[in-house]
Amino acid sequence: MTSDEVSSAVSGNGDGRVRLQVDELQVLRAPARGRSGIDVLDEVSFHVQPGQVLGLVGESGSGKTTMALALLGHVRRGLVIGGGKILVDGQDILSMTKRDLQRLRGRRVAYVPQDPSSALNPTLKIGTQLREVLASYEGDQQARDERLREMLVEVGLSTVPGILEKYPHQLSGGQQQRVGLAMAFACRPQLIVLDEPTTGLDVTTQRRVLETIRDLCRTYQVAAVYISHDLAVVAEIADHVAVMYAGRLAEVGPAREVFDTPAHPYSRGLLRAVPSLDRSHVLTGLAGHPPRPGSRPPGCFFQPRCEFALPACEEGQPPLVQVSDSGHSARCIRAVEVAGLSQPAGAAAARPASAEAEAALLEVRALSATYGPATVLHELTLSVPDRQCVAVVGMSGSGKTTLARCLVGLHPTWSGDVSFAGKPLARGIRRRSDEQLRRIQYVSQNPYMSLNPRRTVGQIVEQPLAHFERLSASGRQERVVEALTSAALRESFVDLYPDQLSGGERQRVAIARALVVRPDLMVCDEITSALDVSVQAAIIELLRGLQAERGLSLIFITHNLPLVRSIADQVVVMNGGRICETGTVGQVLQNPKDSYTAQLLADVPKLTTPVGEA
Amino acid sequence: MASNAALAVLQTAGRGRARRREWATVLSRAVRTPRGATGLSIVGVVVLIAAIGPAVAPYSSTEFVTAPFANPSAAFWLGGDTLGRDVLSRTLDGGWELLLMAAAATLLGVVAGAICGVSAAYFGGRWDTLIMRIVDIVLAFPQLVFALLLVSVLGPKIWLIILAVGISHAPQVARVTRAAALDVCERDFVRAAQILGMPARQVLRKEVLPNLTSVLMVELGLRLTYSILVIAGLSFLGFGLQPPAASWGLMINENRIGLVANPWGVLAPVLLIAALTIGMNTLTDAIARASLGVGRQADDALLAGISAAGAAQ
Amino acid sequence: MTDVTAPAEVVRAERPRKAHPFRDVLIKRLGFGVLTLFIVSILVFVATQILPGNAASAVLQNTATPARLHALELQMHLNRPAVAQYWSWLIGLLHGKLGTSLVSGASVTSLIGGRIVNTAVLMLLAGVIGTVIGVALGMLAAARRDSWLDHGLSVVALAVTALPEFVVAMALVVVFAALLWHILPAVSVFPPGASPWSSPSLLVLPVATLVIVIVPYTFRMMRAAMIDALESDYVEMARLKGMSRWRVLAVHALPNAIAPTIQVIGLNFLYLAGGVVVVEYVFNYPGLGQALVNAVSDRDIPVIQFIVLLLAAFYVAVNIATDLISLAATPRRRLPRS
Repeated sequence: MTSDEVSSAVSGNGDGRVRLQVDELQVLRAPARGRSGIDVLDEVSFHVQPGQVLGLVGESGSGKTTMALALLGHVRRGLVIGGGKILVDGQDILSMTKRDLQRLRGRRVAYVPQDPSSALNPTLKIGTQLREVLASYEGDQQARDERLREMLVEVGLSTVPGILEKYPHQLSGGQQQRVGLAMAFACRPQLIVLDEPTTGLDVTTQRRVLETIRDLCRTYQVAAVYISHDLAVVAEIADHVAVMYAGRLAEVGPAREVFDTPAHPYSRGLLRAVPSLDRSHVLTGLAGHPPRPGSRPPGCFFQPRCEFALPACEEGQPPLVQVSDSGHSARCIRAVEVAGLSQPAGAAAARPASAEAEAALLEVRALSATYGPATVLHELTLSVPDRQCVAVVGMSGSGKTTLARCLVGLHPTWSGDVSFAGKPLARGIRRRSDEQLRRIQYVSQNPYMSLNPRRTVGQIVEQPLAHFERLSASGRQERVVEALTSAALRESFVDLYPDQLSGGERQRVAIARALVVRPDLMVCDEITSALDVSVQAAIIELLRGLQAERGLSLIFITHNLPLVRSIADQVVVMNGGRICETGTVGQVLQNPKDSYTAQLLADVPKLTTPVGEA
Repeated sequence: MASNAALAVLQTAGRGRARRREWATVLSRAVRTPRGATGLSIVGVVVLIAAIGPAVAPYSSTEFVTAPFANPSAAFWLGGDTLGRDVLSRTLDGGWELLLMAAAATLLGVVAGAICGVSAAYFGGRWDTLIMRIVDIVLAFPQLVFALLLVSVLGPKIWLIILAVGISHAPQVARVTRAAALDVCERDFVRAAQILGMPARQVLRKEVLPNLTSVLMVELGLRLTYSILVIAGLSFLGFGLQPPAASWGLMINENRIGLVANPWGVLAPVLLIAALTIGMNTLTDAIARASLGVGRQADDALLAGISAAGAAQ
Repeated sequence: MTDVTAPAEVVRAERPRKAHPFRDVLIKRLGFGVLTLFIVSILVFVATQILPGNAASAVLQNTATPARLHALELQMHLNRPAVAQYWSWLIGLLHGKLGTSLVSGASVTSLIGGRIVNTAVLMLLAGVIGTVIGVALGMLAAARRDSWLDHGLSVVALAVTALPEFVVAMALVVVFAALLWHILPAVSVFPPGASPWSSPSLLVLPVATLVIVIVPYTFRMMRAAMIDALESDYVEMARLKGMSRWRVLAVHALPNAIAPTIQVIGLNFLYLAGGVVVVEYVFNYPGLGQALVNAVSDRDIPVIQFIVLLLAAFYVAVNIATDLISLAATPRRRLPRS
């Protein structure tokens, strides 16, 4: 260890020495044919001290992955570094030679990728991929082997037999991510950049991985930049937070302060959209969507969507305004005022349902489903009361999607009794009556795959209508517009094609298509999982509104527990094809009877209490 | 919510109805690139020659008008061929049958192959296995040999050649369209249509097929090039149109002997066939790139089809 | 720390593990290969002896007199029912009795034997040389993507790939043998019984033709596969780990480009089986292709049958080999998840 590292370790955090300093970083789309470059990132400045974690928060399009890669001096094809400095322990990596940069990576600055299944080379053994990082580690072969063993213990892979001889596809997602962590921490780097490393992991694995990261950072006094779109996860692990919007830093400061008293209207808006496990509150989305590079408005980028906007906001980029002494600042001319406002907690949501059971719209008894020779669902029993929302919660592999497909008729190999509105429901689509088909509708997860790219929105929404009901062309047009309006889309959307819409808008079109035939039950299969949190909030509120207005019943499938609190009346927890627990949302989330449920609830990251604090 | 829609409308104003026919859009985009323009012009020239040729040929293509392998002269611009016929006239006459046969064989092969491939992908299960096994069997010999086999017994009849070449295209087309259709059928909007209880034929026609336009266009181009190669090859070997008919492949073979004396008997048809196939290939490449759209790597789009077909076994 | 692994929707633990994908693939493919050959033999038989109605008259055509017709019919066993004919033919084949040529009267074996070697030499030389050149150029172009070298090679490849073999053959003959230079022979006539190696200059043009035809395709595939690998997430990760440029190319990218390339190499050999026909014809090379063309002109049915079956067997063998090697190069398929 160098003397600097010794002194940092001895004096703990904040001895004044900064590990990472980013100054006015700018990344551009490469200029071509006379056009000047379009900025993807600009005026980004922050610093991180040894042993501390900076959480970088942003939604899609904010430029966070570009930021992550830039910290290693890397840009993707078509982008160039426009200006600024990135200083690691005083050395500017942007002005290094290629050779020096290569030596820096993996050793002094390391990267943990978002998707370990594609970041690990499928044709190389794990051992090879780990050892090659250690190739430049000091010491002889023995020292390296020793370090390798140490690493495996540190990340919790030492109990997996023969792991070094395995190929990546033979490991689970959690194990692959741990390999990624091991590769990053191997040479005891000074800076680690983690790009959404827990996306795609289930809640329990995620918690374990976060704990590992936290421990390793503390032990080795590594400065870490943790990038995520998940505010709760960032709250759990970060000491400081930087919020990014449209390629610029909107706000930066100590995590606790930013989450409790956000100073930028965007951060405020984001926090109001995050669902909470403890209370059911109205989730408020942000109208509009972030501007893409090249179409950013003059002045403050957030101003078109901002509720605090003033005419002055259009006159050029707002400066970074300091809000408190602890380094909390925001890029807004009204920052201090916004920070002074009370907690952006949403109003408590009124649940339309009463505690008494309504007549059941859908009754499921002893449903078992098979997939080939294997049984994937075992004797499930649940019911959906009329006009209520039942959330089906489970991690990946729990069988919740199969359940949805069985109920909708896409998966005909099941046995058991299912009755809808008192009448039995046939197994597959072909055997169901038109009436039944019309009254149960389905919205799926991926907004990019659920709409036919060759048809207009109007044609897409009209399709079920044309199939089920006989109406004149103008009658159909009326209903289409009615459906679009219910999904909060303007009539002018009728002539647009799906690739002209954002993810949230596409999902609304999918919802409109489901609504146009006036169903009684809508099965929503993880419909917001692929959306940003602010867009998710808007969709959830839309669904609640529809429930109240039309008496729509919902089956809402998700892996996101806090979301359940905001939308559902009843909840069903699934694990391994079985139901662990059912009950009202209040009962299950407050007093879970099943140990699996309790474990899940404990592992969910919360915006309020971070890991590591007592 | 209103501003949401408003922003979207503002950003996309004017792009609403621009996309009625995908094939037309892709084609026009393709020919605007240098590759596409080059390919199209070359093909255009050759097709023109083949089509108008017979009408403007100075002499009959079967009359003996000069000495065998006579040198080019003012009366006979490309000289004489192996039997003393005018090379220029024979060249002008010799293309249209090749083109028509190639077009017919390609159409047959692509339609048959696409029907098999798409239905295999959509219905899956046993039908899929059956079709793919048949595909593997038919692919168990080279196209040329298959055609030769049939010709050997039934004689070099035009309908037979078209049928043989067409059938030998079908498996490859089936593979490629199956791979592409599998991708489309997995998407949720197809499921959404199925959930309504729509009959298969309607789903295929309205949801699946329109998304396969680009793949089909590229395959048409590739198969057409290949048809021309095989049919010209057959005619070169003497199993196409029989003498004294003029056909480019046949001419090359006939005039080989006198290559040193008058190369034009060989060079003229060689250059035309080469130009046709190179032009066709270049144009198809341009179409493949144009159909990929924004954001994906355009390199070697043609091969994407092949590797997809191979991987989808 | 134990890891909570989330099982996939399909509960994999409940299905028996396939422990030997290699063996399974081999058995499946072999079985299917034999079936294919069987069906092909039926098709060949039907095409050559049943379809034409009276095969004998198809063979003799204008030279048919009632006596000769009758003699030929007897020779071809045409008086027996179709299935019986097929069966005796098949048994005969399997016993090595390949019949006698209807043209020369000699046994098919004696006619074909030497030619198999000649054609094999031609295909092997062309296959190996073409593959090596194609792969090397493809890697080079991928490593120097978008350079003038890359663009130049790609354009040339696009053009050459479109040319029929006989055009390439003629072009080579024009340049090297007939018109521009006279350094190589325009036809490859061997003394009977001599091995192809006895006069290598006779091999040059035929091999060169075949090489020129297969290189562009191999080049484009290798280039595409390398570029795919170089653009992948795992190569980006390797760069971010500080691996040297050379290591990234050779250790990380290359092994992933091999599997699709093997497919192409297989396709090359398959193509050669057909391409060889035209090339041998042009250069008068005494191989199977020339024999086939002659047999088709003469309607020498036993010879046609045998050569076509041989080709089909070759196809099946190449397909199986390609599948197995591909499997070996892809750990993801070779070793199932535990």
